[in-house]
Formats: sequence, structure tokens, C-alpha cells
Amino acid sequence: MSDTKTLATVWLDGCSGCHMSLLDMDERLIELSSQFTLVYSPLVDQKVFPEHVDVTLVEGAVASEDDLKKVRKIRDHTGVLVSLGDCALTGNVSAMRNRFGPEPVLLRVYPDGQKAPSTGVPALLDRVRPVHEVVPVDVFVPGCPPSADTIYQVLTELLAGRVPTLEGVAHFG
Amino acid sequence: MNVEELQQIAAAVEGERAQYEYEVNVCMGTSCLAQHSDRIREAIEKEAAGCGKKCRARRTGCMGPCAAGPMVLVEPAGIRYGHVLETDAKEIAESLGRKPVARLDPQLGSYFEGQHFRVLENVGHIDPENVEEYIARGGYEALVKALTEMTPAQVIEQIAKSGLRGRGGGGYPTGLKWDTVAKVKGAQKYVICNGDEGDPGAFMDRSVLESDPQRVIEGMAIAAYAIGATKGYIYVRAEYPLAVQRLTVAIQQARRRGFLGNGICETTFSFDVDIRLGAGAFVCGEETALIASIEGKRGTPRPRPPYPAVSGLWGAPTLINNVETFANVAPVIRKGGEWFASMGTARSKGTKVFALTGKIERTGLVEVPMGMTLRQIIFGIGGGVPDGHKFKAVQTGGPSGGCLPEEHLDLSISYDALITAGSMMGSGGMIVMDDTSCMVSVARFFMEFCMTESCGKCVPCRAGTVQMYELLTKICQGEATRRDLEKLEELCEVVGATSLCGLGQTAPNPVLSTLRYFRHEYLAHIDEKRCPAGVCEIGDARRLAHDAARTEVHA
Amino acid sequence: MSAEANIRTLTIDEVDISARADETILEAAREHNIDIPTLCHLEGLSEVGACRLCLVEVKGARRLLPACVTRVEEGMEVTTHSAKIDRYRQMVLELFFAERNHVCSVCVANGHCELQSLALRLGMTHVELPYQYPQLPVDASHPRFTVDHNRCVLCTRCVRVCGEVEGANTWGVMGRGAQSLVITDLKEPWGESETCTSCGKCVQVCPTGALFEKNRAGTKTAKHPEFLPYLRIMREGEQR
Ligand SMILES: Cc1cc2nc3c(=O)[nH]c(=O)nc-3n(C[C@H](O)[C@H](O)[C@H](O)COP(=O)(O)O)c2cc1C
Ligand code: SF4
Ligand code: FES
Repeated sequence: MSDTKTLATVWLDGCSGCHMSLLDMDERLIELSSQFTLVYSPLVDQKVFPEHVDVTLVEGAVASEDDLKKVRKIRDHTGVLVSLGDCALTGNVSAMRNRFGPEPVLLRVYPDGQKAPSTGVPALLDRVRPVHEVVPVDVFVPGCPPSADTIYQVLTELLAGRVPTLEGVAHFG
Repeated sequence: MNVEELQQIAAAVEGERAQYEYEVNVCMGTSCLAQHSDRIREAIEKEAAGCGKKCRARRTGCMGPCAAGPMVLVEPAGIRYGHVLETDAKEIAESLGRKPVARLDPQLGSYFEGQHFRVLENVGHIDPENVEEYIARGGYEALVKALTEMTPAQVIEQIAKSGLRGRGGGGYPTGLKWDTVAKVKGAQKYVICNGDEGDPGAFMDRSVLESDPQRVIEGMAIAAYAIGATKGYIYVRAEYPLAVQRLTVAIQQARRRGFLGNGICETTFSFDVDIRLGAGAFVCGEETALIASIEGKRGTPRPRPPYPAVSGLWGAPTLINNVETFANVAPVIRKGGEWFASMGTARSKGTKVFALTGKIERTGLVEVPMGMTLRQIIFGIGGGVPDGHKFKAVQTGGPSGGCLPEEHLDLSISYDALITAGSMMGSGGMIVMDDTSCMVSVARFFMEFCMTESCGKCVPCRAGTVQMYELLTKICQGEATRRDLEKLEELCEVVGATSLCGLGQTAPNPVLSTLRYFRHEYLAHIDEKRCPAGVCEIGDARRLAHDAARTEVHA
Repeated sequence: MSAEANIRTLTIDEVDISARADETILEAAREHNIDIPTLCHLEGLSEVGACRLCLVEVKGARRLLPACVTRVEEGMEVTTHSAKIDRYRQMVLELFFAERNHVCSVCVANGHCELQSLALRLGMTHVELPYQYPQLPVDASHPRFTVDHNRCVLCTRCVRVCGEVEGANTWGVMGRGAQSLVITDLKEPWGESETCTSCGKCVQVCPTGALFEKNRAGTKTAKHPEFLPYLRIMREGEQR
């Protein structure tokens, strides 16, 4: 078995800020790339989630039928699932619509009798939910977005075979 | 006022009574009054006069078996009638001195067997709006005795000796409490009577206040003498208009007779009482919230210590006791602490009044000696579960208490035994449940009560009860998982341990006790999506989906 | 009474300390740099014991006791951190986060919020209890300040500072349970309050982004409640 671990990143209902923060690791990305193989990500051209991934970083909340399907599938095929950022952790901004439900949101986007598309796009869930409400999560990384340093710390700890503890290190917001 | 005068008044009352051959006592408790017992009384009086009987029809307080009301008690024969209508008046009047009206027999069976009236000793026998009648039954003897023959310390000694414990729920030794307040230095001290009575299904204190208000006032005056207070407040919820009215009359009469006011019973002791109305918040029964409410502030509890005994109303040392506690005081002083302690168990003395309700043949107010078993109360006095259903559980202690199953029916009622079994005495609500009750729904009902009655001051109770209520709802709807059950248990622990006042601290109790004795019902909802009692409507769709998923796993 | 008679010796987390008899466990602990988390407590205001984060174990006591209101006693043995207390505090904090809409990322107080930093300090990385998402109003009728009930933790610091220090008694609490709300006057819009002096003390003592000054962002939203103890000392001096 090779020393490198497989890494996937996914992006549910979020703003991509967490992924930007990931890229913010700059030259440390190169260091990590020798130990991680990025097998699935919005950043690479791979359409199917692999059979087994060692570590998956999940950005974003679960807001649509598609998110739900995706995250369940990911859970089934992932060793360590990392909830990355406040949207994944708390629902954050994505979940602010929970106070009134999806209908008013659609009405705002498609006003004056325009019809929201019903095919080709996944239906919105009644409630936006944090990832751990839907599938078990192994590591929680707070932050909006978590800093590059935090993400680096998480990944190096995981590489060392330890469960990173971010208690007292990273905060919401 | 002195002993001789009391005796004169008693003699006058007796003289008046002797003019009549018959006495028809008509219950004017809230429940009977709501069925127009006042008109029944008038009708009986008129009819009796019409047929030339020497009879007076009197108004009395709640006689106990409310479900059989309107209740009528004919003396001296001691005949009780139930479900009396105005149209029965003539027949009742004509039957006086003859055969009783058989069809009006209230069918009380063994209702009075084993009951022992101390707190309720005057109920059914006196007009609650007539202080002289109270005096004729030994009323205010105790106050006169305390003021003229005893020192405050001797009064407290008797109360301590009696073993009387607070009837408001906690069961704190009354003598000890009085002693503490008495020893705290303070120019001004207060006595407060807690008549907030907010437990769902409880109506003991209301009944006492409506039936025998002088008794409570006498108890307060004795307490005031013992601790050195000059001013008292009776805090009653405004939802008890009849109790308020009777108390108002009682206070006026007590003042007129010199049991309240300056220089009571020709001594230097002065004491007066006022009524304060509560707006019906359950939390205002908690002593510090109640005090805040009397002070005109928002009724929220504050951390104790300092206890009211040290810093209570307006910062002054304050004695606060429950209605029934005060109602027990006069007999202790009259007959001595040892007499009182001769009844009951080792650490729970005297009697306890219970409001027996729920799935029970004879709903009503009962007074039993401490140490009686639940079975005797429920199956003997209460006549058991009606309509061929099976007994399932009995809830005591209201939203702070718990549900005890059949195997605890032989438990002897006492403060400690109930707590050990996972419930508590509480103020005296006793709700019987049969096999048609879903215990998860019962727990959910009480949690909803705590959630809406939480004052909102501290977060574990304010937010924790909401979370627990939602989890219970989820279980009832068949949507919950084992993980949810774990969360529920964790919340129970944290809310109980961290809440500021008794409301939050005990809010998990109904859940904990039903989990202890009826865990299988929770698991049926969770694992099988089934409500064993058939109460919760778990949609067929949900059950089918569940069954299908199971087949899938097994396939 | 002599000075010594007013001194109590006790242990907090097995450290021997002495404190004045009128001090609370919290005051004694802080003087000795022992950390006890608090939220409703604020130096210079009366104590309400409402947030329950300062609960500590006292040997011999049947229940956990709030350090902010419990006076020191001779021979007391206090434990401020244990696996159990930490677990309770975490859950209490979770209850705070779940009950209203504390979306830190879009809060004016982000970075200056006591609730947010408590989560960091107590190591709370996520909330397991379901969020409640209540629909709560924002009142921006006051020319200088805004109240956002979504961020309110009901610590009642605003109520206390307004009554006890400013003496205006503009703030109060209405409703009960989860429906409790801090209000100005008899729930008039803040901007129409006849009692509010616009002193801004409530804003400075608010631990979260519930009360904030308009037209401020970033570091300028930091609150400054330090004036309180100072004010109190000065006033007490005056009264003497
Ligand atoms: C939430 C709550 C509600 C209470 N309600 C009542 C009540 O309705 N009546 C009452 O007498 N005591 C009530 N209590 C108990 C009082 O705080 C207090 O202990 C009692 O009045 C003391 O009287 P006792 O020693 O005679 O029992 C309540 C306590 C709590 C925590
Ligand atoms: S436990 Fe409930 S009722 Fe008691 S102070 Fe806290 S919020 Fe109020
Ligand atoms: S700081 Fe003590 S309870 Fe809030």
C-alpha cells in the first residue's frame, strides 16, 4: 500500500469560501499533495465519487434533494468525513431561510408569476440542515471560512493518523 | 377575645342550631356551585318550610366526592345525596325524618372508608362565610391558647414535635422553618401563605380556602406570633374567584372578631392579613417568584440562598408556607404535637389531602393518613378504574412528579417513599391512568406544561424544555431514533442539574419516571413505530416504510 | 468586627485561597486567575444567576451552585472544572446557540461576541441539538441603536444597566419561557420610547450582537462595558 491517502472535497450549499481557504494554503498545498491524492473535488475533473476515499472535506449545508443524496453516498464511501466550515456545521447563512421555508425564497427569485424550474434542478428541502443532522460526521471544523492554517492543521493531523481537535482553536464566524 | 367568649359564641351557634330539627348541608364548592347548588339550597329551604319541617338549609364547603355533585348532606341522619337537581328539592324536604330518597344515593361505596379528616374536619359542617360556626367547632381556641398560655418558642416546639412537613411539595420540616425565621433578627417580618396551586389536576388548596378559610388565617396568625411577624399575605391565583371571595369575607370577619388587627386577644400581639392575587403563572408558586410577584415585580425566581427566611419580602425575614400546611397548625396547638405525630409513618406525620382524578370511578378530594397505600386510595376510596379497563399508572407530584406503575401500588404514601420510587408527594394531585393512556404522551403533556410555564429566566429550562418537548413529539409521531432517546436522557440530566429553580430542576421527572417504568413503550414507538396504547397516531405510511426497510435488511 | 474575622479561607480547584466574607466564589476565583465561564454576570451590575455557565461543584452541596451569586464560606472546597461540569456547560451553551438565530458569520458582533468566544473557550465545535429558527423581529426605530432579537441571549444585562445605573428603566422583559423578549417601555418601538435617554449603556453591556450601534462595522463594534465598575466606585464614593 502506498503512503499517500486519498482525499476528496465536496461542495454542497455553501459559497465556496471554504474551498478558497483551502487554496489559501498556498505552497503548503504542494507539501500536502505528496501525501494526499485528490481523487474527487470541484477543483478536479472527476465525475463519479470513488469507491473508497480516506478523507472527505464537506463544505456547505444540506439544502436540496441532491445534497442529501450526495452526502449519504459520500458517507458510505468515506473513511473520515470532515464537516468543513460553518455552513456544514450549523447551516449558517444557507439555513437562514429556515425561518420562513423555501417558498418565499423561490418567490423572491421568480417573482411576478414566473415559474421556478421543476426539472433539471434538484428540489429544495423544507429545511436546510447541518451535515451531522443527516449523516455521522467525524471531524468538525468551524469557521466562515476556517482559516488556511486551521485546514492545514486538520489535514496534517489526519495524515499523522490522529483525530484533530479544534476545540479552543477555531471559532464560528 | 378569650376562652370564655369563644365558648359563648359556640353556645350561641349551638342554640341557634337547636331550633332546627334537621340540617340540610348543600355543597358550595366550585364544582357543585357550577351546577347551581345555590339554587338547590334555596329550593330545599323553601320546600322544607312549605311542608312545615323545622329545617335549615346551609351552605358548606366542598364535601369531597365532586364527581357525584351537587352534593347534599342531611343531618343529623348523616344521609348523603348526589347529583341533586333543583327539582329534587321537594322530595328531599318531604323525606326529612322519613326514609331517604333512594334514587339520590350518590353510590359512594367505600369512598369514606379509611379517610381521616383533620385538615378537612369542618368541611361539610360549617358555612365558610360564618366565623361563628368555625368557632363553634373549636376554631381560634388554638390562637387564644398560643397567645395566652404559650411563648413563641413553645409554639415552635409543638410544631417541631408534631413532625409536620410542608405540604407545598418539598416536604421541608415546618418546625425547623419557623425556628429559622424566628431566630433571624429583623424589625419587620412577614408571613406568606402560598395558595398559588398551579399543578394541573390539583384542587386541594382551593378547596380548603373555599371551605374553611378561617382555619388558614388562624394558622397564619399562630405562625406570625411564633416568628414575630406583624403582617401576612395570602397569595391566591385570580382563577380562584370563589376562594378569593370567601377569604375576603373571612378576613373581614376575623378582624371584626379581633383575631386580626391590633392587640389580638387582649395581648400586645398585632397581626393583619391581606390578599394578593396571582395571574395564574405556575412559576409564581415558587417562593422567590411569589415574593417578587407580591413586590409588584415580574414573577421570576432568584437563586437561593439567601432563603426567604433570611431575606424574603422586601428583604425582610419571611415565613412562607402552603395553605394545607397552615391548615394543619391549629389542631397541633390545640391537641399537642404528640397527638399530631401519632398518625403517619416514621418521617411523614399526619394526613395528606389528595385531589384524586383521571381514570377513576370516584373523582374527588380525599384526606388520608400518611402511610396509606396507593392501592387503598385508588381502589378502596376511589373505587378503581372504571369501564372494565386495567390500571396502568398513577401520577403524583404534578409536573415535578412521576408515574408509578402497578408494582408500586402497595407503596405506603410518605415523602421519602415516593421520592425513592421516582415520584414525589408534590402538593397532592393524584392522577390515575388506565391502559388507554400512552405513557410517552403523558410525559409529553407534562413537558409541554413545563415548557409553557417556564419563566424564561435561565436557559436550561427555557430552551431545554423546548428541546425535550420536541424530542417527545418526535417519539410520539414515530419519527425518533435511538439516538434521539439518548439525547432526551442527556437533556433530562443537564436540565435537572443546571436549572435555576425547582420548575426546571424537576421538569425532567415525568420523563425519567416513565422511562424507568415504561421504557418498553418508548421503544415500541421508536423501534416498531407503534403506540402500544393506540393513542399516538403514527401514520400508516411511516409504519409501512419502516416495515419495508426492515424486510430489505432481512432479505 | 476585626479585619481577620471577615476573611474566609477556602480551596478552589485545590488551590488554597482567602477571600473577604462578602465575596462570591466567582470574585475570589478571578482574583486568583482561576477561570470560570460566565455570560449573564457583568462586574458593576447585580447578579441574576441566569446563564448557568458559572455552575461549580461545592463539596457537600446537593446541587451545583452558581459561582456568581454564591458567597465564599470558611473551609469551602470548590471545583470549577470536571468532566461532568464541562459536559453540562457545553450543553447549556448548545441550548443557547440552538434557541435563536446566532449566525456568527453575518453578525455585527462577529469577533467581539461573548457567546462566540465562549464556544471557542469551552471547545464547542458544533451544536447537536436541532436549531429552533424562531421568527424574531429586529427593531431599528431608534436613530442610533438597533435591537436584533435573533441574537439575544436574555442575559438581562441591558435591563439591569438601564435600571440600576442609568435609572431610566426603559428595558424590561415580557412573555415567558422561550417567548420571552426584552422590550423597551411597554413594547413601544425603541425609537418612540419616552424614557430612553439614548445613553447607550445597554449597547455597551450587551454580550452579543443583539444590541448594536448603527453605522459601525468590524473592529468598531467591540463593546466597552469597562466603565461600569469605575462608575459604581465613583458613585459609592459620592454617597459617602
Ligand atoms: C415551580 C414551583 C411551583 C410551586 N408551586 C407551589 C404552589 O402552587 N403552592 C405551594 O404551596 N408551593 C409551591 N411550590 C413550593 C414553594 O416554593 C415553597 O416551597 C412552599 O410554598 C413552601 O411551603 P411548605 O413548606 O408549607 O410546603 C412551588 C415550587 C416550585 C419550584
Ligand atoms: S428553572 Fe425555569 S422557571 Fe425556574 S428560573 Fe429557570 S426558566 Fe425560570
Ligand atoms: S454568570 Fe453565573 S449564572 Fe450566569
